[in-house]
Amino acid sequence: MEGDFGGTSVKVCCPRFILFWLTLAATLSVAPPAHAHLVNTGFGPFDDGLTHLFVTPEDLLPVIALALLAGLRGPCFGRAVLFALPVAWMAGSTIGLLLAPPITLPLAQTILTIALGLLLATESRLSLASADLLAILLGLLHGLLNGSELPKASWSSPFSVVGVGVALFVAVSLLAGQASAVHVPWARVAVRVAGSWIVAIGLLMLGWAMRVSG
Amino acid sequence: MKNLIQTQRPARQSLLILCLLLCPLTVFAHQRGGEVIGFASGFWHPISGIDHILAMVAVGMWGAQLGAPAIWVLPVVFPMVMALGGTMGLMGVKLPGIELCIALSALALGFAVFREARPKLWIAATIVGVFAIAHGHAHGTELPLGASGVLYSVGFVIATGLLHALGIGIGLVHRWTAGRLALRVAGAVVAMGGVFFLWKAISGEPV
Repeated sequence: MEGDFGGTSVKVCCPRFILFWLTLAATLSVAPPAHAHLVNTGFGPFDDGLTHLFVTPEDLLPVIALALLAGLRGPCFGRAVLFALPVAWMAGSTIGLLLAPPITLPLAQTILTIALGLLLATESRLSLASADLLAILLGLLHGLLNGSELPKASWSSPFSVVGVGVALFVAVSLLAGQASAVHVPWARVAVRVAGSWIVAIGLLMLGWAMRVSG
Repeated sequence: MKNLIQTQRPARQSLLILCLLLCPLTVFAHQRGGEVIGFASGFWHPISGIDHILAMVAVGMWGAQLGAPAIWVLPVVFPMVMALGGTMGLMGVKLPGIELCIALSALALGFAVFREARPKLWIAATIVGVFAIAHGHAHGTELPLGASGVLYSVGFVIATGLLHALGIGIGLVHRWTAGRLALRVAGAVVAMGGVFFLWKAISGEPV
């Protein structure tokens, strides 16, 4: 449909007009589900995964506690956690990505955070095998939860998993490395105080979880 | 007709916006609302009440006055036990006389600093723990709905820890003779604040 209305040329194409609205409606009606557990950096899935750890206190707090605890116990423990945690996390994420529907376990996450904070606050003299076990437990649990919330059958999800793994490796190496270099008594106490703060945050998280669920 | 056509564009834009609003994409989890509010309100909550500030700074001062290991045991005990009280408050567990206990905490801790009281470590930790429960419970019952729980907790604990650190910093003047006197005066000021808040709590006036 075309015409001259008072000197103004107007071109209206009915089929294209209808097609535009139909396309728009169809696009909006099939909106993809959210990538529920990833921050969108705009730099791609790898960076989304890389950033995820540092903007998710639920994940970051137990990692800090475990890395500092391993560092306080010595370089050997730090090295063990440095490799066990990211590998377990990525394995858990892969399992979650392949098998599980989106799941949340706030109580389990919180209890593990409190336990790790307590171990740090008391500077527990746990064995190397126990440190490895804790790293694997933490990695599998949080990885599973992360992976279950990633979009299934998407090319980007594995990159996100690798991004999280790299972030964990960097975080643990920095924290455990620093903690293992701490020998001054007051500085070791400061690290233990950080553990007590993590316990306190965990306890409040527990209250929040119970408040929400109750 | 020209006017009609001109009005079609805003109408189409409005319709497009309406469609977009009716069919929103689910938000990304980490852009959920209330996170900044959660951290900020959590951080400001312990700082917003002078009764809380006095008690927490006094814990640090007393710890510094007592020396090792109390200097770090008390600030480690306080946040953990306070969080336990906060959890009880969040879960709706009722505790009687909370406001009275908070007022008493400033009075007792200030008096302990003023008197340079040196009880056994477990007694000092128990005293601090009992008051921490009261402070935590009060915070827990006052937590706002809708804020991010985790970030609120992070802000809350960091602020509390910083208040203790401030108290320890003040308490370190204890090593000098003049500083020891100044610390006792500071303890007396905290205790007087406690008396004021106790009077307020007993008379039922808002603090």
